[in-house]
Amino acid sequence: MFFRKLKTFSKGGVHPLGKKVTQNKSIQTLPPPEKISLILKQHLGAPAIPVVEINERVKVGQLVARNNGYVSANIHSSVSGRVDKIEDVLDISGYKTKAITISAEGDDWDESIDRSPDVKHDFNLNSIEILKKIQDAGIVGLGGATFPSHVKLAIPFSKFANILILNGVECEPCLTSDHRLMIEKGEEILVGAKILMRAVHAHKTLIGIENNKPDAIKHLETLAKKYENIKVYALKAKYPQGSEKQLVKALIDKEIPNKGLPIDVHTIVDNVGTAFAVYEAVQKNKPLIERVVTVTGKYVKHPCNFLARIGTPIEHLVQAVGGLPENTGKIVMGGPMMGKSLSSLNYYVTKATNGLLVIPAEDSKREKVRECIRCAKCVSVCPVGLEPYKLMTLVERSQYDDIVEEKIDYCLECGSCSFVCPSYRPLLDYIRLGKSVIKKKTA
Amino acid sequence: MSLHILNTILTLSISGIIAAIFLFLVARKFTVKEDIRISQLEKILPGANCGGCGYSGCRAFAEACLKANDLNNLNCPVGGQDIMSNVAAFLGVKMVEKYRYLAVVRCSGSKANCREKNIYDGAESCAIANNLYFGETECYYGCLKLGDCVKACPYDAIHLDTESGLPVISDKTCKACGACVEACPRNIIELRKVAKNNRRVYVSCVNHDKGGIARKICTAACIGCGKCVKECKFDAITIQNFVAYIDPEKCKLCRKCVAVCPTGAIREEGFISIKNYAKRQETDKKKSSQPITNVA
Repeated sequence: MFFRKLKTFSKGGVHPLGKKVTQNKSIQTLPPPEKISLILKQHLGAPAIPVVEINERVKVGQLVARNNGYVSANIHSSVSGRVDKIEDVLDISGYKTKAITISAEGDDWDESIDRSPDVKHDFNLNSIEILKKIQDAGIVGLGGATFPSHVKLAIPFSKFANILILNGVECEPCLTSDHRLMIEKGEEILVGAKILMRAVHAHKTLIGIENNKPDAIKHLETLAKKYENIKVYALKAKYPQGSEKQLVKALIDKEIPNKGLPIDVHTIVDNVGTAFAVYEAVQKNKPLIERVVTVTGKYVKHPCNFLARIGTPIEHLVQAVGGLPENTGKIVMGGPMMGKSLSSLNYYVTKATNGLLVIPAEDSKREKVRECIRCAKCVSVCPVGLEPYKLMTLVERSQYDDIVEEKIDYCLECGSCSFVCPSYRPLLDYIRLGKSVIKKKTA
Repeated sequence: MSLHILNTILTLSISGIIAAIFLFLVARKFTVKEDIRISQLEKILPGANCGGCGYSGCRAFAEACLKANDLNNLNCPVGGQDIMSNVAAFLGVKMVEKYRYLAVVRCSGSKANCREKNIYDGAESCAIANNLYFGETECYYGCLKLGDCVKACPYDAIHLDTESGLPVISDKTCKACGACVEACPRNIIELRKVAKNNRRVYVSCVNHDKGGIARKICTAACIGCGKCVKECKFDAITIQNFVAYIDPEKCKLCRKCVAVCPTGAIREEGFISIKNYAKRQETDKKKSSQPITNVA
């Protein structure tokens, strides 16, 4: 029998089973909510500075907060209406953070935005002009890290990139936002890839997609035939393949050094969602005001993929899928592996929100922690080759010098170790604690 | 045959003697002269090696005592007055009167006072919970009730109260070593100078929110109203970031602030409560039928 070996990263990894219920549900445009709150720090780097005043009228796509310094991103209004207040709201951890609240009136878009649905293929901008447009549109990495894209794409003089990698892996179970985007906006993503290639002077694009999304692979493969330098690769489904370093290892078999970036092996990795946002910013003049969010759960009535405006209250999303089921135990923002559970529903969609997971009470509780039996399952699944059981014990005993020697800073915080532990030990929680202590000590 | 045995014995014993002389000389040359008094003084100290004195252990503290001319800046909080007087006698220096310190928990956010808004079921550690989010209650400053201080205490002096969930520190067993102060991620626990019979008056809240917000979150929060500041005749109370602090150096333990505090955030401990005091007065009257003149 002919058997083609699929590409994947070499070491560790798990394959969590999670039904992708929403993979055949097409993206629905969520009607704009009555009120939005745009958190000023929804990207890595310095929080944006508001440029609007209270009671000022804004249009959809109007700049409301400009970037504060180079490593920061612009924020645009996603609804038209009146600026209500610029006040503290609660962030995902429950701490206070500044946000601009806008109450919506009508749906009045900025004139410069092209809202026609047809795909625009041609562009004649050079690298600097593209980067300027990306910076103005406030585009950040939509895979979850929210690193400002214009910083990532501006390659330092001493380095060069010849390969662009588009990340369509979506290795988190349950989430389908990238999957649906690839199927419905495939053409746009490929144009976005072309724009990105010109921006970084790369001559080749590789798109990595896990083989549990055969429809997306087939669709993009047929579309990519028109472009000679874009190739689609099917990857073996394994978590955490969506991580930058693991994806580079899987696709071009090169290791990124610790604390290094993909640029060190002459590649640039971007999410497919980012490529789509870049397309919209460059070709349609549309800033980043919307993103695809998967809302799903075991007992959710109508799980769906939404094209939601950034700043939409979580409650609005929950109502759109038919309200919270009665036995809800936990609401997780993001995927089940790396997502963060919400402490209240008073939160808003940010540029990083790729999914909302409603977990029933029976599945939400953690099991009772038992003693470590030294089975070394955590060691075998760690994608970077650490010994999580050892790190946890060292952090428990506050031996912080030893964890530095054990290379705790290599940890991706993917959670594979906690996932496989038969004693349900909170390995990742302690590793995170150790990392934060070291960060404080060195700072 | 016998010659062989003799040869062996002779060679071995000669080489042994040479090695012994060599070792003797080496030991002579590289001998470390140590003050015998260090180990003698170490025996006087409690030997807990807790680090409460600020040195890495009892031996390091003993060395520091020997180097110093007086005991002004040196104190073993675990041993207290008795051990320090022994140390002073051993060194032949004057004993310095040191106050006793106790750890106090500056949070009144019990389950009744401060409502829980969500359920935390992660790893049982305050440090992890504090890293992750603001906690089960809405208070960003209050106790997380997961017991990092209990785990840190080397003397088993702290336990979590089952009813309120807050840590309770035993007056008798607390040695003021400061392990809990370091372990608490929210800096709630303070080492406080206490008067005779462990009497102390302190503000049991560290919430920096404005009065209205703090009151909404917790019924026993300090709202920074300033009543206690006006009442205090010794200028011992200051308000910073909407929370009052009583300076233990200036406080004369008159307890007028306790009476005026609208939320009950100021705590008095170690005193005989007024009810008990009245009772005792009555019983004393019956016993001696003489009025008590001096009030403790």
